[in-house]
Amino acid sequence: MTPNQITPASLNPAQRQARADARRNWLLSAPALLFLTAFATLPFLGVLVYSFLTPGQYGNVVWKFSTDGWVGLVLTHDVFDDTLVWADAHLTIIWRTVRLASLTTLITFVIGFPMAWFIATRPPRTRAFWLFLITIPFWTNLLIRTFAINEVIRNEGLINSVLMDLGLISSPIAMIYSDGAVLVGMGYAYLPLMVLPLFAAMDRFDMRLLEAGYDLYASRLTLLWRIVVPVIKPGIIAGCILVFIPALGAYVTPRVLGGGKNMMLGNLIDLQFGQGRNWPLGAAISITLAAVTLVAMLVILRVTTRPAER
Amino acid sequence: MKKMLIATAMLLATTALANAEGVLNLYNWGNYTSPEMLAKFEKETGIKVTVTDYDSNDTALAKIEAGGAGFDLVVPSANFVKIWIEKGLIQELDLSKLPNHKNIAPEWMNVDYDPGRKFTVPWQWGTTGMAVNQTVYAGDVNTSAIFMDPPEELKGKINVTPEMGDVLALATMYMGGEPCSEDAELMKKVRDKLLEAKPSWMSMDYGMEDKMATNDVMASVYWNGAILRAHLRNPDVKYGYPKEGFVVWMDQVALLKDAKNVEEAYKFLDFIALPENAAMISAFARYANGIAGSEAFMPDDMKTAVEVVIPQEFKDKGHFIPTCSPKAQEYITAIWTALQK
Amino acid sequence: MKQFSVTAMPGFAFIAILGFVLLYVPILTLVTYSFNGAATMTSWGGFSWRWYGAAWANVDVQSATIRSLVIASWATLISVVLATPVALATTRTAAFKGQSFIYLYTNQTLVVPEIVPAVALLIFFAALKTWTGYQGLAYLIAAHTMWCIPLAYLPIRARLEGMDLSLETAAADLYATRWQTLRHVTLPLLMPGILAGAMLCFITSLDTVVITEFVKSAGQETLATYMLGQFRRGITAEINAISTVLLMLTIVLLFAFFFLTRKRAA
Repeated sequence: MTPNQITPASLNPAQRQARADARRNWLLSAPALLFLTAFATLPFLGVLVYSFLTPGQYGNVVWKFSTDGWVGLVLTHDVFDDTLVWADAHLTIIWRTVRLASLTTLITFVIGFPMAWFIATRPPRTRAFWLFLITIPFWTNLLIRTFAINEVIRNEGLINSVLMDLGLISSPIAMIYSDGAVLVGMGYAYLPLMVLPLFAAMDRFDMRLLEAGYDLYASRLTLLWRIVVPVIKPGIIAGCILVFIPALGAYVTPRVLGGGKNMMLGNLIDLQFGQGRNWPLGAAISITLAAVTLVAMLVILRVTTRPAER
Repeated sequence: MKKMLIATAMLLATTALANAEGVLNLYNWGNYTSPEMLAKFEKETGIKVTVTDYDSNDTALAKIEAGGAGFDLVVPSANFVKIWIEKGLIQELDLSKLPNHKNIAPEWMNVDYDPGRKFTVPWQWGTTGMAVNQTVYAGDVNTSAIFMDPPEELKGKINVTPEMGDVLALATMYMGGEPCSEDAELMKKVRDKLLEAKPSWMSMDYGMEDKMATNDVMASVYWNGAILRAHLRNPDVKYGYPKEGFVVWMDQVALLKDAKNVEEAYKFLDFIALPENAAMISAFARYANGIAGSEAFMPDDMKTAVEVVIPQEFKDKGHFIPTCSPKAQEYITAIWTALQK
Repeated sequence: MKQFSVTAMPGFAFIAILGFVLLYVPILTLVTYSFNGAATMTSWGGFSWRWYGAAWANVDVQSATIRSLVIASWATLISVVLATPVALATTRTAAFKGQSFIYLYTNQTLVVPEIVPAVALLIFFAALKTWTGYQGLAYLIAAHTMWCIPLAYLPIRARLEGMDLSLETAAADLYATRWQTLRHVTLPLLMPGILAGAMLCFITSLDTVVITEFVKSAGQETLATYMLGQFRRGITAEINAISTVLLMLTIVLLFAFFFLTRKRAA
């Protein structure tokens, strides 16, 4: 019997008890599972179905089987030449999405690693304070944070106002409505998402290992690279995934800071349900996005549940 | 725990109750409905109007087509009205319930997309042209070249409104054709020219009444009324009428087939057909309206503003876009999707 | 006195402090300008509450706020009620068949970008709305609950895992039934975790914009969609005020969360 069981000392054979326990656990979970099936899984299957229907002329769908949605992901029909060409506009957006998500992950890692290390190495008394400081932006409404960045980088925003007041520039630096603006917005929004898992892993790291390393005359950099990083690797991976995945599906940030021109996948999906008038295509892109993130999640689960944590 | 349950149940109940009184759900363009007019309407009739925004005709159509949105009134543009009627999404009006219907200005009464105004009541009309911040570019504003062949000073500072019909019409006329052209060769040139110009644009977004006022955007293809509002805040903003051809449009209010608050809707439709109320609507968004006799109530700055009064030399360059044939629409949509990405 | 710190890494403290500063400058800018008497950022017009007054008086803001609070309350309640049993069922028990399935299934929405369920529910609810004619808030509440369940589940589970078993074993030794143990020992001990989950749920529901934007019907603006709409049209300084208020609310709730989840002696 495992020490974790909380059943009273039982006279029944262990197996019968285990089976009763399993049944009970399933019953307990049932309401939540049913709810999620109704409002998460089933609608998702609906999207899958819609991706195989025909787009209506002005939006919505016609209930007729068609692979237009999926084909439209990679190929477009050129009405003038009546040929099928590579949908390079889609590929541009996919590339931009992957590129920006990767850059965001990199930037948040470069800034977030020292931040997490800093918090983890504070004396326990002040550590709670720093943690609190990092969770506030984490839980602040994404719109507020995006809006805050907008107020800082736009033509009459904080940066430009200060620079012009100081006389360093004569006309505002155009920062808004560009890939860069979206990058800044996403980095800002997702930085806490990188710091927290890193911190959690560093928190468990035994600092005495570092002392041992010093005693063996290792340099700080060596210590970092050869001792710290391998041990906290699950934390690093968790942080990267936690940033990369939402960044892939970003919608609000590119919408607001990109000016409608620097579309990412989330915006492309949105377009299909509005002016794009191609619901099946929108559905197909959604499913692709979901599939990619699910695969990434499985990968991380694999990698992080193997090392002994306790 | 129990207390919270009761509290939230009460809260939920009160919200439901509020909806039971006279309520009207208007689905309209963003920043297009006068709050004063709504307040006056509520005062006179006791009906509370909720306004939900949309940015484009296509979004509105898509949302209503998806079903179950719960709106009563919608405000489509002229070239979309036929589509709404054909799809059976709006219903024919019972004119006996609209005594003010006769106030509709004669030139706007018998439009070819709704002769006799059996389905719609005019809301506002205007033009789509070019807006430029004169401190950045002091040249000729009255040309579509601003966004099709951008001058050096404006590159990277231009916004093109993501309104497919308007932008494509302007582009087609710039390349020498007529809106809704079915000429494949011409449309191909239009597409190539637009794609060529796109890297010089900064954004494809709405909200220019604000963004040009705050100098975030230096030039834009946009609607006259919004630009007038920007101009009033920022005098450097100048509106121009593209001499190659500009767009004239009109928006009108229609009653949705599945509207729940029909009686309230009729009261509203009748209300906005009164000259003084139509003038209130115009005073807010700064567009002209289609109700006779409203000129007397219009604000002074609109009586002479270049944004509202079309200069004589451009009067015949305005084109009212009709509903395009399916073939023309196919070209337009294809070019637009290529452009939007 | 430590002259040599084992853990100090070159440049880390600098980047860390810089990071914190960068995180807070935009937020603090927003808060500062919510008190600005002038309407633009380029000039400071003296300290003023006018934007708070304007936001308070704004009828749209009022109804959006109430709606947001109602939806958040219901979503939190239902999420917690659904998530607690699952947490009890999947934590600290002997491994049973399907346990990891339940774990993954419960947390399925965590890994998917918000736009995917937004689209899915748009389609699903549109059909439901035409079929039943009902267009009330229940759709939004269901959507937010769906989105919140993992956020309620995880803190409860974390709390369960960290709980001292001795009290429950003691109860069992005193011949308490499972139900009695649950009601009088486990749940009270679990309460901080449940409250923590509830608060995360509440904050998230207030924050949810994409799902709400896609699913909402006529006149169903929440604070989040109102702000998005304003943002796309034309920013007024009112938004600064509303943002600051939301920020204060978040801070208060987070403070309570930290207070509740700190480790206490048994």
